[in-house]
Amino acid sequence: MAGKIRIRAQLDGDTCEVKALMRHPMETGLRKNQAGDAIPAHYIEEVTVTHNDQVVMHSYWGAAVSANPFLGVRFAGGQAGDTVKVMWRDNTGATDEGETTIR
Amino acid sequence: MGLMESIRNTRWLSALFGLLIAAAPSSGEDAGIFDEYRAMFGDDNPAIFVIDEGEEYWLEPQGPKNTSLEDCDLGLGPGVVEGAYARLPRYFADVDKVMDVEARLIFCMGELQGRPSAEIEGYPYSMRGDLGTEIEALVAWLADQSSGMPIAPGQEHVKEREFFTLGEQLFYYRAGPHDFSCATCHGQQDKRIRLQSLPDLTSHEGAAASYSAWPAYRISEGIVRTMGWRMRDCFRQQRFPLLGVGSDVTVALQTYLAVTAAGAPMMAPGLKR
Amino acid sequence: MKKRVAHLLMLASLAGTGLTQADSLPEALGSSFEAINHVDMGRLQRDPLQEFCSKPRGQAGDSAMESALRDEAMASVVFPEGDDFIGDWARGAEVANNGRGLQYSDDPEAPNGGNCYACHQLDPTEVAYGNLGPSLMGYGARGQSEVMLRYTWTKLWNTHAYNVCSHMPRFGALGILTEQQLKDLMAYLFDPDSPVNQSIE
Repeated sequence: MAGKIRIRAQLDGDTCEVKALMRHPMETGLRKNQAGDAIPAHYIEEVTVTHNDQVVMHSYWGAAVSANPFLGVRFAGGQAGDTVKVMWRDNTGATDEGETTIR
Repeated sequence: MGLMESIRNTRWLSALFGLLIAAAPSSGEDAGIFDEYRAMFGDDNPAIFVIDEGEEYWLEPQGPKNTSLEDCDLGLGPGVVEGAYARLPRYFADVDKVMDVEARLIFCMGELQGRPSAEIEGYPYSMRGDLGTEIEALVAWLADQSSGMPIAPGQEHVKEREFFTLGEQLFYYRAGPHDFSCATCHGQQDKRIRLQSLPDLTSHEGAAASYSAWPAYRISEGIVRTMGWRMRDCFRQQRFPLLGVGSDVTVALQTYLAVTAAGAPMMAPGLKR
Repeated sequence: MKKRVAHLLMLASLAGTGLTQADSLPEALGSSFEAINHVDMGRLQRDPLQEFCSKPRGQAGDSAMESALRDEAMASVVFPEGDDFIGDWARGAEVANNGRGLQYSDDPEAPNGGNCYACHQLDPTEVAYGNLGPSLMGYGARGQSEVMLRYTWTKLWNTHAYNVCSHMPRFGALGILTEQQLKDLMAYLFDPDSPVNQSIE
C-alpha cells in the first residue's frame, strides 16, 4: 500500500531540505468523546528520515505533537536524484512511510 | 552504527510544530505573539502538499462523463487558472449569476463531469478528523495560482455591483438570539475576542489582510480551510442556520470583502492558528 | 415583542447553487441558509430592534424610532421578586466562562453560557479576555446601591434600555440565560469575595 506521507526534498546549496506532512490523529488519550468516554491514546512515537537508506534523522515523539504533523529537516550531502524516505511508527505498532527523490 | 553522527549533522528547521503550539505564550497583552509564532514557520506552510493535491484533482478524470476539470472556465477562459482566483467573485454569463470559486467549481463538476451538485454541496468542507476535501484542495491550488496578484473582483456588470450592495447589507444584518451581525466582531479596529485578533473588515487594510490570506492552512486542525468555510463557521457562531456552500449570501459577502480589499496582493494559502 | 415567526423564509430547499439568483435580501437569506439540528430558519427573522440596528455604519437612524425602542427595552425588563439580585458568584463564574449555547453545534439540553470573557475583562488572573466590551474588573467597587444593582440587572436583561444598538446580547429579554444564571452573574460582578473584585499585586 502506498504511504500517506507527503514529502518534498529540495537541494539548497550543499544541504537538502526535507518537508513532510504526515496523516495521523495524534490522540493524547486525555480527550473525551461526546458520550464522555476517554478516546484512547494514539500517537506517533518514532520518526525516521533516511537518505539512500542511511538514517539522517531518528527521533522519538509523544502525544504533545499536533494532529497531521508537519516535519521540516535539513541534512548535508544530498544529490539530485537521491532517494529520501520518511517513516513513522505509532503507539499501536502501525507504521507508514513515504518516499521521494531530491530535486 | 552511524546513527549519532547522522543525528549530529542533521540541522533541525522548525521540526515539531505541535510542540511549538504547546509552548506558545498565552499572554493577552501581546497581540503580535501569533505573528512571531507564524514567523517561526518561515516559508514552511504545510499547504504546499494540499496545493499539489488540488492540481491532481483538477487533472483527474471523474464522474459519469469521466472528464477532468481542465476545461472549466473560472472567468478568464476555459482552463485558464493563473490569476483567476484573484478576479473572483464575478459574473458568469453562461449561468447569469455572480459566483465565487466554490460555486464555480461545483458548477464545472456538474457541467463537465456530470457529478450531482447535491453530493458536493452536502460535504464541501472537512469535518473534525478529516484529511481534507476535494473542494479544499482545488481552492488551495487555485488560490496559489493567483499568489502575488492584486485582488480585482468583477464590478462592471450590474449584478456584480448589486452583489456588493447585498454583501454590505448582509455584513450589518443583525439577527438570531444573540443579535449578532458580521459587524459585531469585525466592524472596529484593534478588537479581539478572547485572545483572537479580529480584523476590521470594513476597512481596506483589514479586509485585505483577511481576504488575501484565505484559503489558509489551519495549524490547529491540520487542514486547509477556505473563505467559504470561514463564512459558514462565523454564521454558526452567530447562531444562524447552516450557510450553503456557493450560496448567494456567501458570494455577496465575499464580493463585499474582495471589493473592500481590492488592489492588495493575494497571499494565499495563508497560515492560521 | 415576541417575534421570530418561523414561517416566512421557507425557500430553504433552494439552498446552494440554485437555479435563480437572489435579487433581494430576504430572498438571498432564504435560498442560502438551511435549518440544521435545533436551529431553524426563524432565526433569520429580525425584530424591529434588530432591523433598526442593522444599518451600515455612518447611516443615522430615526431618532423617534430610537427612543421608542429604548423605552420598549426598558419596559421589557423583568426584575427578580423582592429585588433579590445576588446569587452565587462561583456559579456565576461558570456562566461567564461558558461560550456554548444556541449554536447548531451545541447540545440544546445543556445550559447556555454568557461567554462574558469573550468580550470583557473580569477576573484579573484571566489573561484570555476579549476587548469588544469595556473592562469590568473590580466592578463591585463601582458601588453596591439599589440603583447600581437595578442598572446592572437591566444591562444584562436588555442592554438597549441604556444604549440602543449596543453590541451585547439581550441575555434576559431573549431568554439566553435563566433568572438564576443572571443572579449568579450579578454575584460574580458584585460579591466582594468574587475573583472580579480581588486585586492582584
